[in-house]
Amino acid sequence: MTLSNNPSALVLVEQDASGFSLINLKVMGAIERLREFVDLQVDLLVVGKDCAAVAEKAARIPGIRNLLVADGDSVEHQLPETLAPWLANLASDYGYVFVGATTFGKDLLPRVAALMDIQPITDVIAIDSGCEFTRPVYAGSALARLRTEQPIKLLSIRASAFSAVELAESSAPITPIAVPQAQNMSRFIGLQQVQTERPDLTAARVIVSGGRGLQARENFQLLYQLADKLGGAVGASRAAVDSGFAANNLQVGQTGKVVAPEVYFAIGLSGAVQHIAGMRDSRVVVAINKDPDAPIFQVADYGLVADLFDALPELIAQL
Amino acid sequence: MKILVPIKRVVDPGVRVRPLADGSGMDIANAKMSINPFCEIAVEEAIRLKEQRLANEGVTTEIVVVSIGAQSTQEQLRSALALGADRALHIATDASLEPLAIAKVLHAVVRQEQPRLILLGKQSIDGDHNQTGQMLAALCGYPQGTFASRIEYKGEEIWVTRELDGGLQTLALKLPAVVTTDLRLNQPRFPTMPNIMKARQKALAVIPLADLDLDLQARLQTLGLDSPKLRQQGVIVKSVAELVDKLRQEAKVL
Ligand SMILES: Cc1cc2nc3c(=O)[nH]c(=O)nc-3n(C[C@H](O)[C@H](O)[C@H](O)COP(=O)(O)OP(=O)(O)OC[C@H]3O[C@@H](n4cnc5c(N)ncnc54)[C@H](O)[C@@H]3O)c2cc1C
Ligand SMILES: Nc1ncnc2c1ncn2[C@@H]1O[C@H](COP(=O)(O)O)[C@@H](O)[C@H]1O
Repeated sequence: MTLSNNPSALVLVEQDASGFSLINLKVMGAIERLREFVDLQVDLLVVGKDCAAVAEKAARIPGIRNLLVADGDSVEHQLPETLAPWLANLASDYGYVFVGATTFGKDLLPRVAALMDIQPITDVIAIDSGCEFTRPVYAGSALARLRTEQPIKLLSIRASAFSAVELAESSAPITPIAVPQAQNMSRFIGLQQVQTERPDLTAARVIVSGGRGLQARENFQLLYQLADKLGGAVGASRAAVDSGFAANNLQVGQTGKVVAPEVYFAIGLSGAVQHIAGMRDSRVVVAINKDPDAPIFQVADYGLVADLFDALPELIAQL
Repeated sequence: MKILVPIKRVVDPGVRVRPLADGSGMDIANAKMSINPFCEIAVEEAIRLKEQRLANEGVTTEIVVVSIGAQSTQEQLRSALALGADRALHIATDASLEPLAIAKVLHAVVRQEQPRLILLGKQSIDGDHNQTGQMLAALCGYPQGTFASRIEYKGEEIWVTRELDGGLQTLALKLPAVVTTDLRLNQPRFPTMPNIMKARQKALAVIPLADLDLDLQARLQTLGLDSPKLRQQGVIVKSVAELVDKLRQEAKVL
């Protein structure tokens, strides 16, 4: 095993509607694992407009050398055209650069990588040494073990594969740094944020997912009722999203979100490979489907062959 | 106007695949192959833009599809021509290239072709990388609109609505630009018989990869491909009451 000759890491802190995204704690979980192989110095980078609150929270991540904060107008919408060249420059001082494998990380990291002439490793689900990483391919039908000798390793981390670190009371030193100049290749027009009281899909302990079998948007209320009883989040298959039963950002699967809750309820969905790719690491899987041959039963710990319109109200009543 | 659509030949999404026993690759020798579904959506979107611009502004658009791969990738290029692309480029190589290398090849094609818009899939369903479009945008110095579920062409700009983890974001990109497609952008059409016939007459140029003279050396070494841990098939319960009981007493999750 060759260690990176620069044992320092830069973590790009992600922000979401709540401010400090929980993905950051999972990325730190991955870094804890890497620390078993490399004696790492870790810096965090918070970039955005008016991000003092996020920075304050990020500073409470344990084991940090320095928290860099770039706060200003040019980075308000974190456009990749503006961030990438600046990040490529910052990143050149580090041996590792980490982001979450979220839409934010997926948009930005490859752009930075190309500017640095580096092939990143995305969707990392296991760290096998300081230079060996595992990522799923073919919708999780295979796990590729990869090795890289590149002096700077750019990695995106799958939240479902690592455990979150806990925030501490202590606080890392904060260093303000200059924001990049806006590139003005694109303009922000708007963001339609999904407002929800429910836990985020990727952080939820319980997920209740529905498929085409729900038949209509109104019927998704049954899933919400069950989720509310269990303090869970609601997910959906692609067919359910395409049919307009649920919002796009609830899609679980190869091309949607990858989740690993304590309990995953799969209701009225068949269990296509592409769906299973997004939930196979759940601890306990419950399937309710009226077709005994539905493939979802092959991955379910508990299966109930029933009409969901009978079973769901009964289940809700019994909890 | 010219639209460039890079497409990839992949194992059909309906085929179940697994790694070879020795982990040296995937067991796909005789698998059915298709255009990567996201690339098909990109081809469809290019055709729709072309149709709209012709109807609304009388502007003609040329759609060029390009694929990097072995001889067999010409099947997918012909399929794209049958859907409505005008011309195809086959960058011929038997090597399997990483996203950075693919982006470099496409960058060379962009320099040659000078398209106004480059539409790619957001992700290839074999490697699941989700990298090439962003890398190509970086190499070209163009703006990027990734994971598009809606595209509106507005003269000097293109408006792209993006599917993000937390909702939908709309950006206006200056042209030329790179856009990558998400599943909900459109529903691709099926080719018609006359169009399949016509596609045979359309130009398909073959360019050997070596002619491009690029440094495409692999940066990653694949040590092996493992099968994921299979989930144990569990039990079938007979009633909701039994399910609740198991979840409480056995799994202890409620
Ligand atoms: C490129 C690509 C990417 C994809 N990405 C994803 C992805 O990320 N996520 C995803 O989910 N899919 C994805 N898909 C789609 C996937 O292949 C399947 O088509 C989809 O998951 C099917 O959704 P479904 O199970 O809800 O619908 P169906 O397969 O139609 O299943 C419906 C199920 O409901 C059951 N049912 C019907 N009525 C009842 C009832 N009254 N009571 C109980 N059960 C009932 C039926 O028995 C059936 O099993 C992708 C496909 C492609 C090609
Ligand atoms: N070999 C290839 N030839 C042409 N286009 C490709 C190739 N590989 C990837 N692409 C394009 O890049 C997109 C994203 O692929 P990837 O980054 O591999 O997930 C695909 O949907 C294609 O549009």
